[in-house]
Amino acid sequence: MSAQAKQENYLNAKHTVASWLFSLDHKRIALLYLLTILLFFVLGGIAAMLFRVELLTPGPAVMESETYNRLFTMHGITMIFFFLIPSIPAVLGNFLLPIMLGAKDLAFPRLNLASWYVFTFGGLLGLGAIIFGGVDTGWTFYTPYSSTYANSQVILAALGIFIAGFASIMTGLNFIVTIHKMRAPGLTWFRLPLFVWSHYATSIIIILGTPVVAITILLVAIERIFEVGIFDPALGGDPVLFQHLFWFYSHPAVYIMILPGMGVISEIIACFSRKRIFGYPVVALSSLAIAILGFFVWGHHMFVSSQSMYAGMIFSILSFLVAIPSAIKVFNWVATMYGGSVKLDTPMLYALGFLGLFIIGGLTGLFLATMAVNVHVHDTYFVVAHFHYVMVGGMVMAFFGGLHFWWPKITGKLFPELLGRITVVIIFIGFNLTFFPQFIVGYLGMPRRYHIYPEEFQFLHVLSTAGASVLAIGYMLMAVYLLYSLVLGPKASRNPWKAAGLEWTTPSPPPTHNFSEPPVVKFEAYAYDEEEVYQDDAEPGDKGHG
Amino acid sequence: MSEHGQPHIAPLKTYLNVFAALMALTVLTVGVAYFDLGAMNILVAVTIACIKAYIVILYFMHVKYSARIIWLTAAAGFIWFVLMFALTLADYATRGWLPFPEAW
Repeated sequence: MSAQAKQENYLNAKHTVASWLFSLDHKRIALLYLLTILLFFVLGGIAAMLFRVELLTPGPAVMESETYNRLFTMHGITMIFFFLIPSIPAVLGNFLLPIMLGAKDLAFPRLNLASWYVFTFGGLLGLGAIIFGGVDTGWTFYTPYSSTYANSQVILAALGIFIAGFASIMTGLNFIVTIHKMRAPGLTWFRLPLFVWSHYATSIIIILGTPVVAITILLVAIERIFEVGIFDPALGGDPVLFQHLFWFYSHPAVYIMILPGMGVISEIIACFSRKRIFGYPVVALSSLAIAILGFFVWGHHMFVSSQSMYAGMIFSILSFLVAIPSAIKVFNWVATMYGGSVKLDTPMLYALGFLGLFIIGGLTGLFLATMAVNVHVHDTYFVVAHFHYVMVGGMVMAFFGGLHFWWPKITGKLFPELLGRITVVIIFIGFNLTFFPQFIVGYLGMPRRYHIYPEEFQFLHVLSTAGASVLAIGYMLMAVYLLYSLVLGPKASRNPWKAAGLEWTTPSPPPTHNFSEPPVVKFEAYAYDEEEVYQDDAEPGDKGHG
Repeated sequence: MSEHGQPHIAPLKTYLNVFAALMALTVLTVGVAYFDLGAMNILVAVTIACIKAYIVILYFMHVKYSARIIWLTAAAGFIWFVLMFALTLADYATRGWLPFPEAW
């Protein structure tokens, strides 16, 4: 290992602060993004813990209603716009996409760096909104409350989201051009890792959808500042128009969040089952199907608004359709594991956790797409539980699964495997304890966004808060051992998981230009039956995950 | 940019013609606003706006002289725009089809 330790890599190339802040290296920019979004994750998590404490008792306990409203809004805005949407694409995607394609960098490195600055600026405005009094509209900014009545920092928060949206567009554009133009010789479309396919589909959604939410939020600001009648009925506008425009982006945004997660899961399941992904072309194309169909379903958020019932019926049917490509992925992942030599290392445990939780999240989505059931559970904790099963149970599990899978590649260090496995179990238990009771309490009639509730709901709320504490302990434990690994962890070899993929053919951590010589691809993705594709360079003294 | 990477320079006459067409369509929009066409009001206004957007995209934004991939990208944006309008209007067009329930 000593020879490799002396090799120059992207981490030890230069050490100045400026070399990080002005770096055009996609790997360094990915780490800048990682630090930024983790800050927002912690912030959103603290908000969640605070209002979970409030919800321990049926009456007001530690805060007033206005504070409570500001806390859940802060939680929603930071988690969705400043953590979940950029999480996998801007961190893992940024780091891995060029390497998986055999390229030196993304197509537009300066645009990539600019996107981080734009994102950070948008995030700072969001933070400013929180510091200067917070926002109480909920992350959905529904009008006419947000445009006319709310006396909180709506414009500042909206501006932050508007600006952060441009960072998404820059990243999406960069990915699409890179995938089209910079694939290594021999890397045909159907040899691409599914991680790349899912990022391609995500980028399409980002580019087609983000401008719409940016304009919508701008319209809210225009109505607030200039009193132009767009959404406020008193001024001649229509509040439901806001919901149409908002959900035209924000429902596909769910797929912006989950599709990259699905890409991560495909990589992990193939590696730890030592098999090709079952039905690879169909899984690849199902990402595109989700991206396209995802734009046809937004009206299912509006069944109890004044939306026409006929439009509701169309949206209901279309919403059922989007379950098909999602189910294709789940069935094919299970089929991949069938007959494989499955190894339950930490990333695989995250992937299995993702599978179980995403299935529950996805299936309860079908309940909600059914108009009559939706009327009963609309805006209740049932909905809260459903989207947390998809977003946290699905996406966050995938993000941490991916972070563990590629941790040796990103940092050049190994993490303590046993602690990793224990943490997954803690997170899995904590997650279910937090959110499963919310399905029940929601079905019984507990509305979302209220902190005063009937006493008979208290037991389920206490379970939920207890679960949130367990979840927080899991995340903190992970932070501790990953930091430990960063400083004192054993050095990772080139390919500690013996995984297939171009990223595992380059040293850990990779050199600044990724490859010493441009790679030529001779095999399809996940050719685990070809021993040549998953060679490692570990020396006898090295510790490996195996 | 053309397919060969050379920027296409359109003659001044093209721009003047496009300008004239846009102005004529603007006059048409204002003129039509004086006639009440009932449900067709929005349809006519949006159609004229779409034609103007089409001209701008094709000539001012040089899509007409660009590679096929640019055509595809511009078309995707346009189709998604139509999708957003169509499904939103599916709501507005059918809202009055059911009578409002009487008050209790």
